Amino acid sequence: MITKEAVKHIAQLARLGLSEKEIGKYQKELSSILDYVEKLKRVDVSGVEATSHPLSMENVMRKDEVLSSKKKLIEGYLKVKSIL
Amino acid sequence: MLTELTIAQAHQGLKKKQFSALELCQAHLNKIKEQDKSIHAFLSVDESAALTQAKKIDDLLATGQEISLLAGISAAIKDNILIENVKCTAGSRMLENYVAPYDATVVAKLKKQGAIILGKTNLDEFAMGSSTENSAFGPTRNPHDLTRVPGGTSGGSAAAVAADMSIYALGSDTGGSVRQPASFCGVVGLKPTYGAVSRYGLIAFASSLDQIGPITKTVEDAKIVFEAIAGQDPLDSTSVESKIRNSKFEIRNLKIGMPKEYFVKGIDPSIERLVKEAIRKYEKAGAKLIEVSLPHTEAALPAYYMINPSEASANLARYDGIKYGYAALGKDLMEVYLKSRGQGFGPEVRRRIMLGTYALSSGYYEAYYLRAQKVRTQIINDFKKVFQKVDVLLTPTSPVLPFKLGEKIKDPLSMYLVDVYTVSVNLAGLPALSLPCGKVGALPVGLQMIGQPFSEHKILALAEIFEQL
Repeated sequence: MITKEAVKHIAQLARLGLSEKEIGKYQKELSSILDYVEKLKRVDVSGVEATSHPLSMENVMRKDEVLSSKKKLIEGYLKVKSIL
Repeated sequence: MLTELTIAQAHQGLKKKQFSALELCQAHLNKIKEQDKSIHAFLSVDESAALTQAKKIDDLLATGQEISLLAGISAAIKDNILIENVKCTAGSRMLENYVAPYDATVVAKLKKQGAIILGKTNLDEFAMGSSTENSAFGPTRNPHDLTRVPGGTSGGSAAAVAADMSIYALGSDTGGSVRQPASFCGVVGLKPTYGAVSRYGLIAFASSLDQIGPITKTVEDAKIVFEAIAGQDPLDSTSVESKIRNSKFEIRNLKIGMPKEYFVKGIDPSIERLVKEAIRKYEKAGAKLIEVSLPHTEAALPAYYMINPSEASANLARYDGIKYGYAALGKDLMEVYLKSRGQGFGPEVRRRIMLGTYALSSGYYEAYYLRAQKVRTQIINDFKKVFQKVDVLLTPTSPVLPFKLGEKIKDPLSMYLVDVYTVSVNLAGLPALSLPCGKVGALPVGLQMIGQPFSEHKILALAEIFEQL
């Protein structure tokens, strides 16, 4: 069972504001899922490379540009909350 | 009934002027009005855009011009695929008012063919789930039994096609989200090879797993839609051009593999019986049946439920209350983040973000995420070995029949277990199709066909044979 403190820490890392009740709920649910995932430890993976992507391919680049949704543009800029 | 036509039939009817595109479109819009209050397959329907497009096709037909296969044919699009100037919610409060600024490549391709887009279909929030109950806008119901789920996450797309509200639909499949709802709703669903179809304009969930695929009434239709949307796209650097064109084979030379790990305890016996009967039909038609083993099958689901939330937690970091969607007020930036994400995301999305963040966090990365990626390699190797012996694998699509609304939603792990036969395919990037192979009472059962990379035409051809057996 993961601790309440661990759940709070993860929620903070993930920037999710959770209530005390939700912390308790996720503590139980995450613990049961992580117990299930323990099955992974039974697989022998010694000397096995990790796969991050099913196709092997090289980097393909394109131009990077901003596509705005319906949010208001002011003098060509997107208006957002102050972040500094 | 106009609404019951397949793509191929409707195309013929339009060409022979048995009915107009406007009549066909109106028939589907009427069907939606009659049926969708009880099914809730659609999140939005754009009647005027659909009718305007239908009139254009009728004008083309009136001048005697040739029309493409999908011209004038009604389509429904899962609401995580962007259509320019149309709301795209991903089934989430987070994107409740998000209007797409551009067309997904698949949508642009359908529009170019003259497709009639009726509307956007319901899904589990951000395509996370197996029943469409996780939509922030209410669940979709299975047209075969309104007390049961249509499967998920493309439950709205599958239900729309099954209830004749649309001729075909697009869905997305990250761990079975096209195939499993197709199975639950008694329609055909194709998950193409990873890279076969562009994902530009698909709201990213788990990027090493996601693929867009068609949901249709027949295998022939699945092939038509797949061919219309497939191909390399400069806007999606993970897309590739299929090198395999020739799918000609004779059934007497065909070797079918039955993975023994897919027929074990946990499968509904009535599903096992129907799937085995279907496989036996191929054997009778001359195919050679071989029992094979995919020894890492049991580890596939746990590997999937580490890799999927890890990628999701990274992809969904963009919803921060600043760049997109739902924004809560706060005294400082941290509070804006916490509140926007805490309130904007539903319970399953938050659960996956938490799981993924945990699996990727310092101290756990090697034990969970990295280990899952190594198991993924083993799963891919299992398939490679088996495909040296057989041409195709036949399995059930789902171990369970469509379940009741509310039956699994309170226990997340029980919902995850529904995906046991579909996730390996995504981990390995393979193409797979679900085909109706019978019913238990009113409830449809799907047969899953898994092929080698870029062998879509072979599994489609094999599925077409089944419809004639």
